[in-house]
Amino acid sequence: MANKLISQMGLPPSLSHVFSARNILTSKDALSLPELDLMALLDIDIASVRSAVARISEATCPPFQTALALMEEKMKSGGYLSTSLPGLDNALCGGIPFGALTELVGPSGIGKTQFCLKLALLAALPECYGGLNGRVIYIDTESKFSSRRMIEIGESSFPQIFRIQGLAQKMAGSIIVVRPTSISEFNDSLQQMKLTLLQNEVKLLIVDSMAALVSWDNDKGTSSSRLSPLRGSLSFLKSIAEFSRIPVVVTNQVRSHSNDESFHYIFQGHKKDTSSSERIESHLTAALGIQWAHAVTIRLIFEAHSGHRFIKVAKSPISPPVAFPFVVEASGITLLNQEGFGVAGSEINAIRCQGLIFGKCNIASRLLLSVVFTCSSYT
Amino acid sequence: MEISNLPISPSLRSKLLAKGYTNLSSLSPLSPSILAQELSIQCEEAIEILRAIPHATTSKNAYTPHGIIPGAVTAWDMLSEEQMQRHISTGCNDLDTILGGGIHCKEVTEVGGVPGIGKTQLGIQLAVNVQIPVEYGGLGGKAVYIVDTEGSFMAERAYQIAEGCISDILDIFPSNSREFLSCKERLRANNFLDGIFYFRICSYTEQIAVINYLENFLTQNKDVKLVIIDSVTFHFRQDFDDLAQRTRVLGGLSLRLMKLSKTFNLAVVLLNQVTTKFTDGSFQLTLALGDSWSHSCTNRIILHWNGNERCAYIEKSPSLPSASAPYLVTGKGIRGINSNFKRARTMPS
Repeated sequence: MANKLISQMGLPPSLSHVFSARNILTSKDALSLPELDLMALLDIDIASVRSAVARISEATCPPFQTALALMEEKMKSGGYLSTSLPGLDNALCGGIPFGALTELVGPSGIGKTQFCLKLALLAALPECYGGLNGRVIYIDTESKFSSRRMIEIGESSFPQIFRIQGLAQKMAGSIIVVRPTSISEFNDSLQQMKLTLLQNEVKLLIVDSMAALVSWDNDKGTSSSRLSPLRGSLSFLKSIAEFSRIPVVVTNQVRSHSNDESFHYIFQGHKKDTSSSERIESHLTAALGIQWAHAVTIRLIFEAHSGHRFIKVAKSPISPPVAFPFVVEASGITLLNQEGFGVAGSEINAIRCQGLIFGKCNIASRLLLSVVFTCSSYT
Repeated sequence: MEISNLPISPSLRSKLLAKGYTNLSSLSPLSPSILAQELSIQCEEAIEILRAIPHATTSKNAYTPHGIIPGAVTAWDMLSEEQMQRHISTGCNDLDTILGGGIHCKEVTEVGGVPGIGKTQLGIQLAVNVQIPVEYGGLGGKAVYIVDTEGSFMAERAYQIAEGCISDILDIFPSNSREFLSCKERLRANNFLDGIFYFRICSYTEQIAVINYLENFLTQNKDVKLVIIDSVTFHFRQDFDDLAQRTRVLGGLSLRLMKLSKTFNLAVVLLNQVTTKFTDGSFQLTLALGDSWSHSCTNRIILHWNGNERCAYIEKSPSLPSASAPYLVTGKGIRGINSNFKRARTMPS
C-alpha cells in the first residue's frame, strides 16, 4: 500500500494538485519526508500539511484485525505441514507452519537438502495420505536437487503409495524446480511467482539455499553489505508466506567465525568463558548474519556432535528449544528418539560440526549411534 | 520570536520579510485587511498568518493554574499522579521489581536482544497482561500490536499465554465471592485475544502511516493502554539509503510515539533488533538504528544470555538503577525463576 496514489485519496483537489505538481505522487514519497520539508517543498502552511499527512496516513494504514480473528482465520485454512517426524511435529505444534518463514541452518552434508526433498514430497502427496496435494516450487540455487533421490525417498517412505500406477509421475510432476543463476534472476522469478502461487495451488516454497545466492555476488563482504542484495527478497519471501498462507522453507549455510566477542554487549564486559573447550566447538555461525536471523520465524539447526546428528529447534515463537538425534536413511531423515531433550543457554544457538559421518548410514552404524546417544544423554 | 520560525508557507513568509516584517511584535497590532493590502495577498491568507502567531504572545495574561507557564505541572503533582498509576506486569516478578512495578504508562520502553531471546514472547505477554481486569490488579486495557516483516506474532502463542495468565490469576484469587464471579466471565482466552488489535505492515511507509493514524484510532478506542511495535527497525534498516533522512524520519516517529503515550496515558513498547558494532578494537553487540535513536526512548531493556540463563538488563532509565533480572520463557509465557513454574514443570514428569 506504500505505492498508493495520493491523487486517489480524496484530498481537496487544490491540495492534491500541489502534491502532483511537486512530483509527490505516492504515499511513500509523502511520508518519507518530515512535515517541515513537505511544507517548504509544497509551499503551503503547516495546518494543511498536517491534515494532508493525516489523510494520507489513514489511507495508507493497513486494516487491523483482532488476534482472535487472526486465530480463527488460521484454524479455517489449516496451519501446518507435517514433517512426518512425530517428535519434531510435536515440538513444532504440528509441523512447519503456514504463513511463516522457516529456516534450516547447518554444515554441508548434514541433511538439509534431504529434509527439503522430503518436505517437497509431503506437500505433493495426495490429501488422503496426509499430504497437501499441491504443487511445490523448489528454488535450487546450488544444483543439488536430485529427482532420483527424491523418488527413492518416496519409495522407501511410502511404498504402498508409490506402487500405485502413475502416482510417482504425478507427484514428481507437481514439483517445479527453478534454477536461477543470479540474484536478479531469483528476484524476478519471485516477483512472477507472487501472482501465480494461489492460482496454481502451490502449497510449499523451498529455497535451497539462500546463502548461496549471496555468495555468488560478493564472497568477502561484511555482514551488512552481504545482506543488501537480499533486502528485497527477504521481506518479499515473508510477505509471500503470509499472504498466500503457505509454508516457506529456506536453507542457510554456515561460516566459521573466529571471535566470540561479538556475542556480548558492552555492559557485560570481556567475560571469558570458563569452559574453553565449548568456545572452540561453537565457532560456526549461520552465513546470513544476525539481521537475517531476526527475520526468520522458525530456525531449525542441523548439527553434529558427540558422534551423531541433531535437529534443534533454535528459534520459534511457540516451541521450546529441543534437539532430536537423527540419521539419514533411504527414506530420508529419521529421528532416533521422539522425545528429544531440552537445550539451554548458549547451546541453543551454537552450531557444532564434529565427527560428521558422511554418506548414508547402514544399520550397524545406526545401532552404534543410538548406543552413543543413550550414553551421552545421561552425561 | 522571528517571522522565519512561523509555520506558514515559504512564499508568504518571503512576502512578509520583503515588506520588512521580521518580528512578531510588528505583526500583532495589524488587522487582517491591512496586512492583506500591504502584502497584496488574499484576506484569507492574511488571517492565516495572524492565526499562526503563537497564542502565548497574543494572550499573555491567560489564567494558568500554576502561574508562570500554561500547560505545565509541578513536580509534586507529577509524583502523586505517578503513584496513582498502575503498571503492566511482565509476568516475571524479578523483572517487575527492577522495573519499579512493571512497564510504565506514559513512557516509551525499548526492548532489544539477539534473535530467539524472547522479545516477541515478552511483547505478547505484555499484550495479554495489560488486559488483566482491574479487579485482579491489572489495567483492564487493550493492546495494539504492530508487526512488521521481522516480527513473528503468532495468535496460537497468544492464546497459550492468555490461558497461562488466566490460570495464574485463578491460582492467586481463588475466592468465589460475588465480586469475582462477575468478572470471571471476562476471564476467557478468547476475550483476551479479542482485545489485541493487530496491524501488519510491509514497508516503512506503512509503519509511518500506522503511527500517524494511531492518534485517530486511539481517540476511538480509549481503552487501549499499550502499543507494541515488533520490531521498530526492520524496514528502516532494509529500505533506507539516505541515513540522514532516516534519522530525521525516525526522530519524527519517536516524538509522535512519545506524544501518544502522554496524551492517551498508555505504554509504548518498541522491540528492537541487535547489530554488531566495532568499538575498542572488537565487535560488540548493540541495539540497531544508531546513537541518535537511542535517545528517543525513555527506558531501554536489553535481553541477553547470561550463561544458560535469560536475563533482562536495564540499560537506560531516568528513574531506575541499572539492574539485571533472570527470567524464563515457559509454555505459559514469561515467568520468573522462582515462580510456581517449577512446580508445574516437575508435576508431569
